[in-house]
Amino acid sequence: MSDAVIRIEHLFKEYVTDAGTVPVLRDVSVTVLPGEFVAIMGPSGSGKSTFMNILGCLDVASKGNYYLNGRDVNSLDRDELALLRNHVIGFVFQGFNLLPRANLEDNVALPLIYRGVARAERLTHANEMLHKVGLGKYNRSRPNQISGGQQQRVAIARALVNQPKLLLADEPTGNLDTKTSKEIMALFSELNKREGITIVLITHEPDIAAYASRLVRLADGQVVYDGPIDHASIEHLESTS
Amino acid sequence: MITPMLSEAWMAMWANRLRTILTMLGMVIGVGAVILMLAVGQGAQQQVQASIASMGSNLFIILSGSTTSGGRRMGGGATPTLTVADAQSLEELPSLVNVAPSSPGTAQLVYGPNNWSTQIIGTTPSYLQVRDWKLSSGSTFTDSDIRSSTRVALLGQTVVQNLFGDENPVGKTMRIMNSPYVVLGVLESKGQSLDGRDQDDTVLVPVSTAQSKLFGTQFAGTVRYIMAQASSAEAMPAAEKAITELLRKRHRIRNGGEDDFSVRNLTAMANTAAETAQVMSLMLGAIASISLLVGGIGIMNIMLVSVTERTREIGIRMAIGARGKDILMQFLLEAIIISVIGCLIGVLLGVGGALLVSKITGMSVVITVSSIIMAFAVAAAVGIFFGWYPARKASMLRPIDALRFQ
Repeated sequence: MSDAVIRIEHLFKEYVTDAGTVPVLRDVSVTVLPGEFVAIMGPSGSGKSTFMNILGCLDVASKGNYYLNGRDVNSLDRDELALLRNHVIGFVFQGFNLLPRANLEDNVALPLIYRGVARAERLTHANEMLHKVGLGKYNRSRPNQISGGQQQRVAIARALVNQPKLLLADEPTGNLDTKTSKEIMALFSELNKREGITIVLITHEPDIAAYASRLVRLADGQVVYDGPIDHASIEHLESTS
Repeated sequence: MITPMLSEAWMAMWANRLRTILTMLGMVIGVGAVILMLAVGQGAQQQVQASIASMGSNLFIILSGSTTSGGRRMGGGATPTLTVADAQSLEELPSLVNVAPSSPGTAQLVYGPNNWSTQIIGTTPSYLQVRDWKLSSGSTFTDSDIRSSTRVALLGQTVVQNLFGDENPVGKTMRIMNSPYVVLGVLESKGQSLDGRDQDDTVLVPVSTAQSKLFGTQFAGTVRYIMAQASSAEAMPAAEKAITELLRKRHRIRNGGEDDFSVRNLTAMANTAAETAQVMSLMLGAIASISLLVGGIGIMNIMLVSVTERTREIGIRMAIGARGKDILMQFLLEAIIISVIGCLIGVLLGVGGALLVSKITGMSVVITVSSIIMAFAVAAAVGIFFGWYPARKASMLRPIDALRFQ
């Protein structure tokens, strides 16, 4: 199983607050293979965002094992985690999280800075990625000069610029209208099918989840469903959410 | 790795132009003040040192002292107790190299249509050695002039200007108190003394001439004071003792009796003045350094605000692979750029300000390369020191906390 992109075994996460210890994830085990497109769903407070943050090496588990691309994440220090985020993972956030001051090509080129890539090469790669998401001619614009859907495309370009194995998307369409959402999801599908990039995305909209091939459903910090997305599971979702 | 970080830092600074400039201003004022104060302080120090050098080195001044007559103690210098003979016997002391008896007075000088009142010192040729005073033209009077009390004079620059204007005074005859005197030579300019007197407003004549033809004396051969120069700074304490012993013996003062003269060590006084100037200079520098410190704290303050304000940005950067040290470097560079650019402007303003001060007030200022380098080094150090804490704080953020920050 060492060829799994994500292998999570008996993962626990709890937050210590003034009111006491709050368990968020309780004994989660998930394995994601290369090329999979996984949607994670669940009601608010089910722990899906925490799960995503741990997947993205932004947060660490309280207990349990996490192997990302064959590496034991728990054994890595801060710098090694940063390196892993830079080389293996691409992030797409609900709020786009672009740097408002930088133009689009600089935004997309940002991850390459931390790889020590020279400026000319950075900009070449960044522009390639902007073309790929259909925003090639906006390379000198600033994030506030383009629409939300376009901003999310820029964020995807930024996530792709390091050629990651794994794309993590935390409610990527949460701030977008239906039409734009469909365009963004079509882009994800294409990346998954054409380039074989493994995608894990969080959503609470069944029709967004429908673009994925596999569904992991969390409730109260536990996996309550892990299987293919088919008509039945979608209907089940629609009746419960 | 530095180059992209530099442009990142530059971008952040450009985005907050006004704030960056205001932060820089603290640095500009701090460095400018240090440069200016050091320049003024060192200028003052140099002025004092020049005055000391103009006075002559390893000097004693022996003044006729107080005497007691009928239970009434007279003030210092009240009784002329020193004589030319005293000076001559002092010359025999091995620890002294030059001895010059001096008999000063004030008289009116006339040359053609001009007249001028000035200080006239009756002395010997040794006076020029003692005071380390050279002639700019002509020659000095000699011992034979002293023996025969000839009417000759050496003029200071101020006297020459007021009496002769552009004319060359050497060989001319002027009148002092209606008697004709031949000008033998002109003294070099010495400028102001430590207490602000114009040292060039002086005429030197043979001591015997002053005593017998100009001012007269209460007792034959007495002088107001004797200047004596020790062979070296180390010989001064021994010389002082030898002078005292010799004069007591010559004045027939019994053991336990009070000296009727006083020996003053001018070099010690001068050193005190030099030390005072140095302390002043240091103090000015220290006060200015405080503004540099305040400027540094300003940088820290703004950098802390900047880190808090950009917590989310830090989170984004960390999420896409920035390591702690990348973040640290970005913020540290920002602080260093602010302090170094501020320092550059401060140096320019400080140097300009110093030149302006010297132009307006006529004070001498000294701008040394070392003070500029020092101000620069301190400013860079302040930038690093005060930028370190906020930068470190930023780099220690947990990515997830930074991303969630609103």
